[in-house]
Amino acid sequence: MHIRSIESLLKEKKSQPHQLIEVLQDVQETYGYISEEAMTTVSQKLGVPLIDVYRVASFYKAFSLKPRGKNLLTLCQGTACHVRLSKLLLNQALTQLKVSPGEISEDGLFTIEQVNCLGACALGPVVLQNGTYHHHMNPGKLRKLIISIRKAEKEETAHAQTQ
Amino acid sequence: MPRLNNCKDLESLKERLQARRKKIKTTLTTCAGTGCQASRSWAVIELLKKELAKKGLEKTVNLRTTGCNGFCEQGPIMVLDPDNLFYCHIRPEDVPEIVSETLMKGKVINRLLYTDPVSGKKITTEAEIPFYRAQDRQILAMNRKVDPCSIEDYIAAGGYTALAKTIGVTNPETVIGAIKASGLRGRGGGGFPTGRKWAECHEAPGDEKYVICNADEGDPGAYMDRCVLEGNPHLVLEGMMIGAWAVGAGKGYIYVRNEYPLAVKHSRIAVEQARKMGLLGENILGTDFSFDVEISRGGGAFVCGESTALMASLEGKVGEPRAKDVHTVVDGLWHMPTTLNNVETWANVPMIIQNGAAWFSAKGTGGSKGTKILALTGHVKNTGLVEVAMGTPISKIVNDIGGGGANGKAIKAVQTGGPSGGCLPAEKFDLPVDFDALYEAGSMIGSGGMVVMDERTCMVDVAKYFLTFLQDESCGKCLPCRLGIDRMLEIVTDITEGRGKREQIPLLEELAQTVQETSLCGLGKTAPNPVLSTLRYFLPEYERHIDQKCCPAGVCQALITYQVFGEKCNGCGVCLRNCPNKAIQGRKKEPHWIDSKLCTRCGICASECKFDAISVS
Repeated sequence: MHIRSIESLLKEKKSQPHQLIEVLQDVQETYGYISEEAMTTVSQKLGVPLIDVYRVASFYKAFSLKPRGKNLLTLCQGTACHVRLSKLLLNQALTQLKVSPGEISEDGLFTIEQVNCLGACALGPVVLQNGTYHHHMNPGKLRKLIISIRKAEKEETAHAQTQ
Repeated sequence: MPRLNNCKDLESLKERLQARRKKIKTTLTTCAGTGCQASRSWAVIELLKKELAKKGLEKTVNLRTTGCNGFCEQGPIMVLDPDNLFYCHIRPEDVPEIVSETLMKGKVINRLLYTDPVSGKKITTEAEIPFYRAQDRQILAMNRKVDPCSIEDYIAAGGYTALAKTIGVTNPETVIGAIKASGLRGRGGGGFPTGRKWAECHEAPGDEKYVICNADEGDPGAYMDRCVLEGNPHLVLEGMMIGAWAVGAGKGYIYVRNEYPLAVKHSRIAVEQARKMGLLGENILGTDFSFDVEISRGGGAFVCGESTALMASLEGKVGEPRAKDVHTVVDGLWHMPTTLNNVETWANVPMIIQNGAAWFSAKGTGGSKGTKILALTGHVKNTGLVEVAMGTPISKIVNDIGGGGANGKAIKAVQTGGPSGGCLPAEKFDLPVDFDALYEAGSMIGSGGMVVMDERTCMVDVAKYFLTFLQDESCGKCLPCRLGIDRMLEIVTDITEGRGKREQIPLLEELAQTVQETSLCGLGKTAPNPVLSTLRYFLPEYERHIDQKCCPAGVCQALITYQVFGEKCNGCGVCLRNCPNKAIQGRKKEPHWIDSKLCTRCGICASECKFDAISVS
């Protein structure tokens, strides 16, 4: 990761400590997680002690301090999804991918995360896959979604190798 | 985009825009809110644009893309005016037929009409659909009239007229008096009288003041604010401008939760458009009122819905609340006087100014005026956003609007107010949507979430669900919340896993009261509500879990077993293949069976079975 890229995210926000969360949001969106290197640069450029940057980065759920898999599957655990048995989706995802929440699957393709509500309650249970909403999900549909993503990734890799 | 230098410019622009719109007789309104986008409405919209151009209709048909209209389960939705024809569940492949048959020949496509789940009949117009008809849509109705990315749509619909009536025309005391007289109370959950809040901020000493829009809608099961901010951001902006002028603020923030990217996007577009037109910035509409707004994203912390935690977050810090012995209207953001209101609260302001306080206070009850948007979800036939007059009984919302229980199951309870609220049993459905009535019954309106629960819901599990949520979201600053929720959760978990004892119930109640009385902020103070309300109304369920190690709803994994009904099982093997623990056995085309020693009650087999042959006992 180049420090220059993080500097470009900082743009007009230098020496403005109150912009810390906005800056970390941009880092998270760009790199998928917030590395120690990123935190150090943000600390220097914004003028916020490193321990405070770490404190904020570890407090808010929007920030991941570890890299994530290529496909982030966010399972909504809001009340409306919960009464429609969203926890079955968690069971399905964790057993199918053999992974714990927040970790990357062995093939590097998936990370499972939970969110307390996506605000699409009428369509629950909802799964968000890299920004795409999947609604009225059940374990069977989720299993098929994961299989189809794996298949598409395999085809993409095979295609790239033939180029 | 013309710059508006005074009120006359605004009025002339409105007239020109209205005249232009009157010339086009046919309007096709399609929803592109988050819910309909999840149902791929953008594919429908893009195809519609192409098809209209292909048939040469793009100048005679106004295609309007709106934000959320609240009936997400029916999406993608389309309404064709002037006939008010309502189509739902539209797929891209339906588009050519809609254009050639409905738009060009006036023929109704039956399969795209809404089917009333209660009567089974097809309904042609939006106005006749019971879900809409039984509501009192004031704010939500405006979402239908505007493209959220078009300030012109908003102005044509009368937008910013209330602002023009206010700044430079009247005085702050008059505006504050109108909000007071309307009886508007905070719509985010606190229910604090808005007029009183504005008055206190107006009177607070200091030249630098702020207004904040709290769009951190963290209650799971609630998405009213998402809908309003996504669908009509200018309405919220106009409310903030009027409030800012009234209290003397020169800067405002809209704090939007991280999980609402479309609301962030539409708010940013709205702010840019307002700046270009001179409705934000220096000398707005030629007056000496200068005001600007910044959009700020939340970091994914429920506690940041609390006002002092939100302000800490805006200052770039962790979202830890502080004691409010000095109110934030005096000492708020950067220790300056700050008026913080919820999205829906701000959204009500322009209409109160435009129509008058008496118009607003004519609806509702003695202590709860106007309308409230609720998110009706869960085990009910019609789910979605519902706007009703305060005072409307819960039974009307659940039955007349919601259509009653889904899948033939009896409704057991509604949960209102999110994690700060409580569960009310069916016998209490005559209660009105009213701040005080619901509070006395052990729940609250909260931000407006209303989750319907039927006999498949375990109320002890509901208490555990909310405690788990709050344990995760507690900021950890104060001991009663940090440890009190942990201890309550331990007890409720014991009960759901077959280790419960009778003496834990009074201990749970004592813990709950202690946490309520001694926590620093609203999160901790209201955390015991789900437990207390379920103990109050559903004690027999707790007792069955404890005495008989039984979960009557069949939810608590440690207390249930899954079994295959031999008469219904045809031996297809789907369950066997999908069982992660290899706990199912059986030969092809013969009834299967589950080994309860290997079964972890994950529920995957029951959800996969197409023959209803697996159930919980």
